[in-house]
Amino acid sequence: MTPGGTSGAPGVVVVTGVGRYLGAHVAARLAADPRIERVIGVDAPDSGTEFTDLLDRVERIRVDSGSLGGLLADLDVDAVVHLALVTSPDPQHGGRSAMKDQNVIGSMQLLAACQRAPRLRKLVVRSSTAAYGVSFRDPAVFTEETEPREVPRGGFGRDILDLEGYVRGFRRRRSDVTATVLRFAPFIGSTADTTLTRYFSQPFVPTVFGRDPRLQFLHFDDALEVLHRSIVEDHPGTYNVAGPGVLSLSQAIRRAGRVAVPVLEPGLSGAAALARTMGFGRYGLDQVDLFVHGRVVDTSQLEQEYGFTPRSTVEAFEDFIRAHHGGVVVTRDQLAAAEKLVLDGIRQVRSAVRDRSS
Amino acid sequence: MSAPEEGRDPQSVGRFDVPQQVPPPDAEPARRNGHRSAAQAASTPTPTPAATPTPAAEVDAGLSGGTEPAVVDRPGDHWDRKVANGLAFLRRRLSGDYEVDEFGFDSELTDAVFHPLLRLLYRDWFRTEVSGVAHVPVDGPALVVGNHSGTVALDALILSAALHDKHPAHRYLRLLGADLVFRMPVVSELARKTGGTVACNPDAERLLGNGDLVGVFPEGFKGIGKLYADRYKLQRFGRGGFVSAALRTGTPIVPVAIVGGEEIYPMLADIKPLARLLKLPYFPVTPTFPLLGPLGMVPLPSKWLIEFCPPIPTAHLTDSADDPLVVFNLADQVRETIQQTLHTLLERRPDPFGP
Repeated sequence: MTPGGTSGAPGVVVVTGVGRYLGAHVAARLAADPRIERVIGVDAPDSGTEFTDLLDRVERIRVDSGSLGGLLADLDVDAVVHLALVTSPDPQHGGRSAMKDQNVIGSMQLLAACQRAPRLRKLVVRSSTAAYGVSFRDPAVFTEETEPREVPRGGFGRDILDLEGYVRGFRRRRSDVTATVLRFAPFIGSTADTTLTRYFSQPFVPTVFGRDPRLQFLHFDDALEVLHRSIVEDHPGTYNVAGPGVLSLSQAIRRAGRVAVPVLEPGLSGAAALARTMGFGRYGLDQVDLFVHGRVVDTSQLEQEYGFTPRSTVEAFEDFIRAHHGGVVVTRDQLAAAEKLVLDGIRQVRSAVRDRSS
Repeated sequence: MSAPEEGRDPQSVGRFDVPQQVPPPDAEPARRNGHRSAAQAASTPTPTPAATPTPAAEVDAGLSGGTEPAVVDRPGDHWDRKVANGLAFLRRRLSGDYEVDEFGFDSELTDAVFHPLLRLLYRDWFRTEVSGVAHVPVDGPALVVGNHSGTVALDALILSAALHDKHPAHRYLRLLGADLVFRMPVVSELARKTGGTVACNPDAERLLGNGDLVGVFPEGFKGIGKLYADRYKLQRFGRGGFVSAALRTGTPIVPVAIVGGEEIYPMLADIKPLARLLKLPYFPVTPTFPLLGPLGMVPLPSKWLIEFCPPIPTAHLTDSADDPLVVFNLADQVRETIQQTLHTLLERRPDPFGP
């Protein structure tokens, strides 16, 4: 692959955050693509060894984000995929301050390093639909042009706004680099393990009283596909990536056979704050806000530019339900059986009455 | 559908159906304060309001198709079928087997729960007469613009239910609501489930772009929160955002005049300090509220007339969506049309609580 080539797959790709689920899978998938010569996985020095078997074809470098600059220049990197984001504070790994270090400071340092990498011609950044913030005056469906009306209360939402701001700055300074920002809806799928999949796996699911937010999910495999295409093809710009269609939260809970437990909103915010200070649970204000407002995005730009439509929110959620059928409280078959029982009961009573009267 | 379903045919004249044309003054009234005349009562034996039971019947057939029921169904089991449809509906709700669109509109729930309730209200309680439904297009987008009244925005719900029932294509009216509606828990979800969304240009243009029928009340809180003394006086139309949404999408505007909404909760005074305390746009005092407490929430049974006016085409003005002159002129034209129609309707209804 020639350096600075105009199109086609890049030779050397750096993937950040390979110590986490998404990063490991993306790196493994890129490594399996024969068009890409070299895939280098970058991760923090203290990251775990969870995905080592997945990453056997990926060169792994453990380095803290401060010394990335020299590394990117030395490696003659063509493309960088930035996936090292923490979506919710992990009390075992430093909580919110560590999360902010990783999301904001880490991204700043990476973008500074990218700016100084001479051969770099492609940057793919993982963002989130949380970039639209939450407000009661929000339109029902966000397009890529929608500006957030209020700064979100949750830490992740604020981090995402900061991150996108830095990418805008990077685009101005390095207009020769194809920068792609992908705003992902929450991931779901048969194997993904996220805050939301853990939430829907509980038998009793807390919801906000009087609110039934509209949710969208993205199947994990489709997220991989979009990230892969962003690397091997050229798609400059910002794109919403979500499964078309909508599930309301109550509908999703019913489909999963779980039972919703409505909680008053101030109580839930307080409980989330308490859980955070006590150091258990990973639900934060990001989740509470999502469950009050819901979030739906328009994906027509993605479909046009990539020629790819992710499987729908409903299909992605079905896939998740199939994999997590343990802990179901009410199943569809039970409901159907109960319905049949009542109907047959009525028929029998009626026929008995008729027989007696005739 | 089997033979007993014929009584539910939406085309047949139901007990509560209101004639499209206003009868001459000397004619026998269709009903007096919700009571049918004897002739009508004899001709329509089934009191069931028009409903669309087809999806329920299909799903039910699919479910019990494989296995034989314990006792064979006899023909003519009308109530059995109703119970079966009800149970199938309950099962679909409980297992989440229904569709919600991107705005949160749940057409199944609206058809099965909200519209039947509203139907009782607008037919029996308000004796609503609807005219000019032919002015609402059968397909494609249109922006229905109405006058707002009544302390509680009940007129919007009545309009959407009446339009759905009377329109030949049974179209849903997608209402645009103030953000206050979407701040309140429960209310916000009821609004979304019945097809409402926040009144903002992106949502309005998206709905119109999808070919939906959008309902908007440009007076907003100024309209519903006005005193009884100012009844049927149209308030200011704001910035005319609804006009630019229509212009940008080239959608015809259908003005609609609603008479009757002003008398349901006649607002005698507005306790402003209390409204500020509760962060509400106004705090109403009506003859029955807050004097009678919750009983004061029962709307007074005024006589309602709804008239749809001829559509105002905008397709030729698509380029002028940002021109304030065009926008204000068009908004004034709509406002004048509604005000004129209100006056004619009021002449036709001398007694607000008449039959």
